[in-house]
Amino acid sequence: MVKGVEGAGLPVVHVCTVTPISMTVGANRIVPAVAIPHPLGNPALEADEEKKLRRNLVEKALHALTVEVEEQTIFE
Amino acid sequence: MIKVVHYINQFFANIGGEEMAHIPAELHKGEVMGPGLAFKASFKDEAEITATIVCGDSWFNENLEEAKKTILAWVKEENPDVFVAGPAFNAGRYGVACGTIAEAVQEELGIPAVTGMYEENPGADMFKNKVYTVPTKNSAAGMRAAVANMAPLALKLAKGEAIGASCQDNYMPNGVRVNFFEEKRGSRRAVDMLLKKLADKPFTTEYPMPAFDRVPPMPPVKDLSKATIALVTSGGIVPKGNPDHIESSNASHYGEYDITGVIDLTEDTYETAHGGYDPVYANEDADRVLPVDVLRDMEKEGVIGKLHNKFYTTVGNGTAVASAKAFSEEFAQKLIDDGVDAVILTST
Repeated sequence: MVKGVEGAGLPVVHVCTVTPISMTVGANRIVPAVAIPHPLGNPALEADEEKKLRRNLVEKALHALTVEVEEQTIFE
Repeated sequence: MIKVVHYINQFFANIGGEEMAHIPAELHKGEVMGPGLAFKASFKDEAEITATIVCGDSWFNENLEEAKKTILAWVKEENPDVFVAGPAFNAGRYGVACGTIAEAVQEELGIPAVTGMYEENPGADMFKNKVYTVPTKNSAAGMRAAVANMAPLALKLAKGEAIGASCQDNYMPNGVRVNFFEEKRGSRRAVDMLLKKLADKPFTTEYPMPAFDRVPPMPPVKDLSKATIALVTSGGIVPKGNPDHIESSNASHYGEYDITGVIDLTEDTYETAHGGYDPVYANEDADRVLPVDVLRDMEKEGVIGKLHNKFYTTVGNGTAVASAKAFSEEFAQKLIDDGVDAVILTST
């Protein structure tokens, strides 16, 4: 799906936990996530802490969208 | 007698499904479990499984280094003649785990390894050039055929026998050429193929074209504060009750949902339809997969121009690559027509 979106002409950032799969699939902008069942959250945290963590990941994802990339890039 | 160590996941060990995918690796010395029984039958008196290693798919992929270290130490101790992983069919994390550990056993311990999976399993592309990978059906219904091809290959590897070409020893082409004599000469084979093609019958090319399947990166977003950002997910987030009945695996369609005025996804309003991961956390708070709450905050603060009022979702669980491609091409066009500037796509 990442390739379908980018191929249509939209920049896309893939937020996912198993980044090697994302590399194989062919995403160009990749942001590593927390865990498979909760990529943008962590149920072990208090609600406000968890939201901070999510905000941080979304900020990373948005940042990735503003960066020019020539090849597949993982934004740690 | 040839010694075999077998690697399987929590599901095939009969421990549980997604709710048990978090379990760490376990060593079962002297035990033959799950598909191991079929291998045992196929090995007859030539080989025995001396240990089975069981590991949760999520645990393996989320703790890659620790998983490799732990399992390698056990395999080293068992010192088998061959290591067998899977078969994983179309289970993505299981396939990646099988490929990862089989490659590590081969590279670090010098023990030959074989695995098996469906050709669309992401683990296949990642590891088929490194580890002998037998192509299987996309579900466990193909167990018999998978074992029938994996077991003889494992025995050959254990005995150090020469491995034939991929079409002879039934593994996915791995970039290594093996010479053999064809029974019919080239001109004859070419004409046979042409006749089949003209008659619309299936034929197998002897020289498949490589699939270079990459798309060039699009230029970045210049000004986030003016940009419309859309959310897309393969994590199966849907309005509560899954109104469009998106299937829990091998999805046949995607959903388009309006989130105008929605500032937070709650337990009462959204859930996941995905059958390939433990749904508890996403059902409690779907923002953990589709971060609507945070993007609404950022929209209010002016960090982004706008969160697009529709999100697109499907279940990326054993879903055919062709389906995912078709879905995404269709909704990408809608996103473009709606003036979206960029997409955040989340996966579980």
